[in-house]
Amino acid sequence: MADVALQSSRTAGTQTARKQSSLRSVLNRKSTIAFLMALPLIVLIATLVIYPAFYAIHLATLNKSMARFIGLGNFEFLFKRETFWLVVKQSCIFAITAVIFKAVIGFIVAHFVHNIPAKGQRKWRGMLLVPWVIPPAMSTLAWLWLFDPSYSAFNYTLSFFGIGPIPWTGDPYWARFSVILVNIWVGAPFFMIMYLAALKSVPDQLYEAAAIDGANWWQRIWYVTLPMMRNIIAITTLFSLIVTFANFDIVRILTAGGPLDHTHIFATWAFRVGIEGSDIPLGASVSLFMVPILAVAAIFILRDISKRGNEA
Amino acid sequence: MTTLTIDKAGPTRKTKYGSMSRDRAWALRWSYFFLVIFAVFFLTPPIYMLITSLKTSAEISAATNPWWVFHPTLENYIGLLTSNQFLRFFWNSAIVSIFVVSITMLISVPAAFALSRMRFWGSTVLGTGVFLTYLIPETLLFIPLFKMFAVIGDVTGIQLINRWYVLLIIYPTLTVPFCTWIMIGYFASIPKELDEAALIDGASWFQTLTRIFIPVALPGLIAATIFAFTVSWAQFLYPLVFTTSTDQLVMPVGIITTLIKGDVFNWGQIMTGALLGAAPPLIIYAFLMDYYIAGLTAGATKG
Repeated sequence: MADVALQSSRTAGTQTARKQSSLRSVLNRKSTIAFLMALPLIVLIATLVIYPAFYAIHLATLNKSMARFIGLGNFEFLFKRETFWLVVKQSCIFAITAVIFKAVIGFIVAHFVHNIPAKGQRKWRGMLLVPWVIPPAMSTLAWLWLFDPSYSAFNYTLSFFGIGPIPWTGDPYWARFSVILVNIWVGAPFFMIMYLAALKSVPDQLYEAAAIDGANWWQRIWYVTLPMMRNIIAITTLFSLIVTFANFDIVRILTAGGPLDHTHIFATWAFRVGIEGSDIPLGASVSLFMVPILAVAAIFILRDISKRGNEA
Repeated sequence: MTTLTIDKAGPTRKTKYGSMSRDRAWALRWSYFFLVIFAVFFLTPPIYMLITSLKTSAEISAATNPWWVFHPTLENYIGLLTSNQFLRFFWNSAIVSIFVVSITMLISVPAAFALSRMRFWGSTVLGTGVFLTYLIPETLLFIPLFKMFAVIGDVTGIQLINRWYVLLIIYPTLTVPFCTWIMIGYFASIPKELDEAALIDGASWFQTLTRIFIPVALPGLIAATIFAFTVSWAQFLYPLVFTTSTDQLVMPVGIITTLIKGDVFNWGQIMTGALLGAAPPLIIYAFLMDYYIAGLTAGATKG
């Protein structure tokens, strides 16, 4: 309202028409300018995000040569394949395990960083965030080298403790473990930073009150810290769930889905089928299976945001 | 501030005198102990990259302690930095990242300004839409985008696939939504009185944006720039799908596809390449850590 009044007073000198219509034209102009400013964004999202998303649905209904409409034929074909169910299972295991460990490790590390004197915190925080800063493709290469079958530096170290050479990426179960481990390594620092920011926003008085009431450290975490951080924990976890579920780089570089497809997740399998196997419709069908879980997570995040918007 | 932080460190339920400070000291010691363990876990891969990059091929395949460099050498660095192919990757990455950052800023700053200050029909829906777009992962879009660009190539004759500049069109889909989102947050935190004062003084909307909003929200702008740069530098899936010729590749894909030849892994060079590929984001992070972290946390906390 204030804007409108100011606008009209500014342009009053040049406008000779009735006050009502000049107001309206100013309003018009303002919203037109705003629309023009946002236009590149709208065009970008419409042509390169929304259109491809619907195009993927269209592609998924075509046959391999993309000449014939086959309806849900690709999905029927997928449901009959054992590899597909393996991929579904692995994607869920991968995303859920990795996110839980990331959240727990992030929470613990954030607490330790928060515990130490404030002047040292910056240094530690800076050091602990490094895995998040390095491009995942590059750091996964380092892990690949650490997991190397013949020169693994881990196996060299473990051999001193009498632990035999571990087939980090050779054995299906170890390969799953390795992939999840690398993902935790990349993602935990992000949680740490988020939780640290949240910890800093918890008022000290609450802890003092809890201490006076005789709460031990566990009760303080359970009854003060966690409720105060609930929002951040929820939103970070959902964010991470989306990113982890849709992960590509780590699995692709570390195992490329092997051994025997036992580490494939949706994104890597869609790449294998759609780009490498040049069956674009089938690849599109595979990647569309990521939509439901993304939609659920998005709804939760959106609800959280609108709720906070109402509070403000 | 310092004393308060220490206060929380230790349990305070002991009745013995003098034990409180001792407990605090122990809690501090345990904190440091675990922090060191986590730091080792977090820093092992990058440090191992550095160790390996300083070794000769002979030393890498020898059965010596892999955690130590016995004969440090820079031959891997010299080899890569004098190879035209590698410099080409670096150059492609740099060009793509710089252009993408500029495009992102040109699109997202005006859009964020319009969405946070100037209401228009559908602006609230668009604001939410921008956020939702950020949640759509690239792994969902690469196949339809690939097909789209192939069709464009067939219909118009403009060859976009296997050209580095196709990345300039695609990367903004990753960077623009998030940058717009955090800029909306920063712009919204600027008091209304400031732009009202500018308008009274006769500033146009454009002047309000360039003279008031951009200078005031500069930290946010820096954070968004860093984010856009890091994302476009680190992106792996899109260049892997859209570019194949060695002269069109960017760093991450180039290192992985050219240095790994069949079963022969030249690990010294691979690790050197990986370290050089990780260097630009790491250097920016080292100097602008606070902005980096502000941008990281703004995405979720300002929402």
